[in-house]
Amino acid sequence: MNAIPDPVRAATADVSPVIALENITRSFGLVHALRGISFSLVPGRALALVGESGCGKTTCARIIARMDRPTSGTMLFRGNDVTAIGSGAQERAYRRAVQMVFQDPFASLNPVFSVGHHLVRPLKLHGHVQGRKGATDRVDTLLESVGLDPILTAHKFPHELSGGQRQRVNIARALAVQPEVLVADEPTSMLDVSIRLGILELLSSIKRERNLALLYITHDIATAAHVAEEIVVMFAGQMVEWGETTSVITDPRHPYTKLLLSAVPDPYKPFVPGDSARFLQHAEEIRCVSRPTSDGVEKVGSNHFVRTLGEAA
Amino acid sequence: MTGPLLQVRNLSVDYLLDKGVFNAVKNVSFNIGRGELFGLAGESGCGKSTIAYAITRLAKPPAWVAGGEILLDGHDLLGMTERALQTVRWKRIGMVFQSAMNSLNPLMRVEAQFHDVLSRHTGCTREKSRARAKEMFRLVGIPTDRLSNYPHQFSGGMRQRIVIAICLALSPELIIMDEPTTALDVVVQREILEQVVDLQKSHGFSVLFITHDLHLMAQICHRIGVMLKGELVEVGDVRQVSRAPVHDYTKRLWGAIPNLPTLGSMQGRLA
Repeated sequence: MNAIPDPVRAATADVSPVIALENITRSFGLVHALRGISFSLVPGRALALVGESGCGKTTCARIIARMDRPTSGTMLFRGNDVTAIGSGAQERAYRRAVQMVFQDPFASLNPVFSVGHHLVRPLKLHGHVQGRKGATDRVDTLLESVGLDPILTAHKFPHELSGGQRQRVNIARALAVQPEVLVADEPTSMLDVSIRLGILELLSSIKRERNLALLYITHDIATAAHVAEEIVVMFAGQMVEWGETTSVITDPRHPYTKLLLSAVPDPYKPFVPGDSARFLQHAEEIRCVSRPTSDGVEKVGSNHFVRTLGEAA
Repeated sequence: MTGPLLQVRNLSVDYLLDKGVFNAVKNVSFNIGRGELFGLAGESGCGKSTIAYAITRLAKPPAWVAGGEILLDGHDLLGMTERALQTVRWKRIGMVFQSAMNSLNPLMRVEAQFHDVLSRHTGCTREKSRARAKEMFRLVGIPTDRLSNYPHQFSGGMRQRIVIAICLALSPELIIMDEPTTALDVVVQREILEQVVDLQKSHGFSVLFITHDLHLMAQICHRIGVMLKGELVEVGDVRQVSRAPVHDYTKRLWGAIPNLPTLGSMQGRLA
C-alpha cells in the first residue's frame, strides 16, 4: 500500500498493484463521504478497511466495483487510468477482474434459481466454459473449492441453505468469473459468530491459492486482524491510520483506532455499572477531534502511517 | 416477593412444518432473579429467540408452546387470558428487538410513539407522556428537542436507544433484549450496553439478554445459559461459564469467536 509515495518501498515492491486509488473523493451534496482516499490492492495480499457505519467504507467498495464514480481523484487499473468510463470491452475486462461479495447472503442470491444456475451464469457469460458437461464439471470444482459438497448442493435452492452456506455460494459465484480482485463488503456481519471464522479462513485461503487481491471491509477490527496483512482505519470519510496490521493493532497511534480497539468485546473485562457516562463522553470527544479534515500525515513505522488531527472548523 | 422474577419450567416449543413437527425448544428450565442480567447464548436456529417470543406469548402459528410453564412472580403467563396479558406486556415485560430500524413506526414522530405506549397502558395525557418522554430521552442521552423528529432522522444507534427508552418509560420489571446491538458497530454497541448496565443498576429491572456473541455476553451478564439445538446445555455464573465451561459445546463456542490476536500469534501467522 503506497498511501504516501515512498520511493524506497516502490522500488523494492516485487508486485505492482492491480488497483490503485489516488486521492479519491466522493461527495453526496454537502456530505463528503470520502476525503482523499489513497490505497492500492496487490495480488496475494488482503487489505482491510475498518470503520463505523457511515464512515465511507462501502462507498469505497462501490467505487472500486464501478457501481459509483468518484467526485475527484484517480483510479488506476494495472497502471492505466480508469477513472472515466472506457469502451465496452474495457469495462467488461474491468468487471471480470473485479468481483464483489455482499453483506447480506440472504438477499444476494435469486430465490427462484438453483445454486448450480448461479454458478453457470457467470461461467458462460464470461466465456469460461463451453457445453453442458464442461459447465457441470466447473460448478463442481467451484463448490468444492469453497468447502461445499457439489452433489448435495448444486441442485439446491437458496432457501435450503444456511447463511454460512449461502455466503460460500456467493464467494463461489465471484470466483467463477476468475477475478484478480475480490471485494468483500462485510461478508460475515450477518452471520453467526460461530461460523464467521470458517468464512474468514476460506477468504484467506482463496487469496493465497489464487493470488487474489482482497479488499475486506468490516466494522469489526478483530476479524480484520485475522484476514488482512494491511489495514486502513477510516473515520468520517478519511483514512485516519493505516499500515501493516500487526503494527496498527499492537501499536495504535490515532485516538479513533484506540477507541475502536478498546470497544472490541473482551469477556474478561466486565462493564462497570456507573461507567457509561464516562465512556460516552470519551467516545464523543474522540469523534469530535477525529472529524476535521487534515492533510498532515505522520510516518510512525516502516509501513505505518497516522493522520494528524485537524483543526476544528 | 422473594422468589425469582421469572421461572421457565420445562418449556417446549414446536414448529409445525410440512415434514412434521420440529422441536425448537426442548424441555428448557431456567430462572431469572430480580435485578439479574441473564444471558442466553447459542448459534442461530438454536431456539433462543423462540424462548423470548414464548415468554411474551408472541409465538404465532406454526409455532406453539407444547408444554411447560412460564411464571412471572408466580403467575403462569401461558394460562393468562389475552386481556390479562395486555397488562403484562410492556408494563411488566418490555422487549427490545434486533432491528431497531424496523421496530419504530416510520410515519409517526418519536414523541407520538411514546404517547401511544403510555396512553395505552396508563391512560395518561399528552402533556404527561411528553414529560415522561423527555425524562427518558435524558436518561439515554439524546437531546430532548429531538422528540418531535421522525425515526429516519436518527442514526441506527440512536434508534435502538429510543426503543430502549420507550421500553423503560413504563418501568417494566423484566426487559427482553433479543440481539439488541447486532446490527451496530462495536463503539456504538459498547455505548448502548454500558448504558443498559448502568440503567439496570439504577432502576433494578431484570434483563434477559439474547446474543450469539459470548464475549459480549460475558461482559455484561451475571449468569449465562448456553443453548444447543433447542436444549439448554449449560447454565452458570458468568465466571464459571467463561473461565471453566463444563459442556463441550460451550468450549467450542468460545473457541469459534474471532478474537483480537495477540502480538505473538500474529507474528507467527503472518511470518
